[in-house]
Amino acid sequence: MACAVSTSASVLADDAFDLDRPWRLDERVAIRPEPFGALLYHYGTRRLSFLKNRRMLAVVTTLAAQPSARAACTEAGVPDADLPVYARALAVLASSNMISERGVV
Amino acid sequence: MSTALTEQFERGLAAPICLTWELTYACNLACVHCLSSSGRRDPRELTTAECESVIDTLRRMQVFYVNVGGGEPTVRPDFWHLVDYATTRGVGVKFSTNGVRIDADAAARLAASDYIDVQISLDGATEPVNDAVRGAGSYRTARRAMDHLAAAGFRGFKLSVVVTRHNVSQLDEFLALADAYRAQLRLTRLRPSGRGADAWPDLHPTARQQRSLYDWLCAHGERVLTGDSFFHLSGYGQPLPGLNLCGAGRVVCLIDPVGDVYACPFAIHESFLAGSVRADGGFAAVWRDSPLFASLREPSGGGACRSCGCYDSCRGGCMAAKFFTGLPLDGPDPECVRGLGEHAMAMAGPVPRPAADHSRRAVPVTITRRPCDESPVPRAL
Repeated sequence: MACAVSTSASVLADDAFDLDRPWRLDERVAIRPEPFGALLYHYGTRRLSFLKNRRMLAVVTTLAAQPSARAACTEAGVPDADLPVYARALAVLASSNMISERGVV
Repeated sequence: MSTALTEQFERGLAAPICLTWELTYACNLACVHCLSSSGRRDPRELTTAECESVIDTLRRMQVFYVNVGGGEPTVRPDFWHLVDYATTRGVGVKFSTNGVRIDADAAARLAASDYIDVQISLDGATEPVNDAVRGAGSYRTARRAMDHLAAAGFRGFKLSVVVTRHNVSQLDEFLALADAYRAQLRLTRLRPSGRGADAWPDLHPTARQQRSLYDWLCAHGERVLTGDSFFHLSGYGQPLPGLNLCGAGRVVCLIDPVGDVYACPFAIHESFLAGSVRADGGFAAVWRDSPLFASLREPSGGGACRSCGCYDSCRGGCMAAKFFTGLPLDGPDPECVRGLGEHAMAMAGPVPRPAADHSRRAVPVTITRRPCDESPVPRAL
């Protein structure tokens, strides 16, 4: 409906996500909290993405302040058993350039 | 998209994802299918200050971008000011234009910003097919604008096509044209809205054409934007990519040139009028509190379509398409893939008329030449 919603979740990353590297949200990404989690919009790629819960939102918003994605997950209260699920979600965000490794040009 | 997320969307969001804002009813063209019956400026259109206030509200609501249209938005004398006002506040602007004001300077300016996207409207891959619908000279105007955008290095602008009975055989040509410009093809559905109500019987794709359109979209879906407007075709089989539901009042709405807020851009009628940005509380209050939007966010039972095996895919189709063809909103779409819409239309009652008609003269049966370089908007706003 007059609405270009790109579901970048369908673009699955082939590469495993490295939880032990430092990551950050792309500076061209805006986040809007929603009852179910959050919406992300990238002004460069003009793609929309979804965070499916508030904990994932907390992970993404603390990424840049933490030494690694794993530390961001810990800070956000992600149980160890759920780490693979969060790593997959972060991999999807990385594949659509919503997040990127810090210090990598 | 997962079912759980779709259900969340059906209940509505904190702010629209897809907000269309028609800045003016003024237009240099007189397309036969114009969904807003545009032509003449309305003297009650929002002032520059009122537009700025709307943009301030959108920024507070964290609306990522606004789809600006019209009429022809670029003929508003404050158009570029409003684009700057929005983008410097982090509200992106995608605007639809027939290209009349996209010269080399404008193209360079547009190409320089991440916060601006441009949709050039073209309804034929060839001049005769396009100009029969959009008017003499409109094909060349659009191509000239595309030339300027490409020369300025604007990558990925949108070539926006309303699919009709006469251009549905040109989809490959449209795609090749978009590729040649390093643009992205965007196909949307013809709705019987505005002057489109009169053009619809002759312009909407036949059942056979709809099937070939669906097959084409399945084959090219990842490369082509559709505004999720063909979800009524998902009843043919696998769902098309995107949000397969009616977003009206849930993720979509329209602000019209006089500040009235409607549930969707294709539903300019008092039945879908949710409020006005000029009322207390502005747009935010309309989005949050409108009883109409609250009702649209209620789960729909599916009505007459509930027992149909296609309902989970097509969701009963497009509310506006049903309304403006005189069909009940809880029944099949006029272009229902099972043909149930045609049957229903044979029994339909009187067809509602749109709320406003700003056509510059009686709806033209044939399009006559109109000057493209003359602003129909008075200099004093």
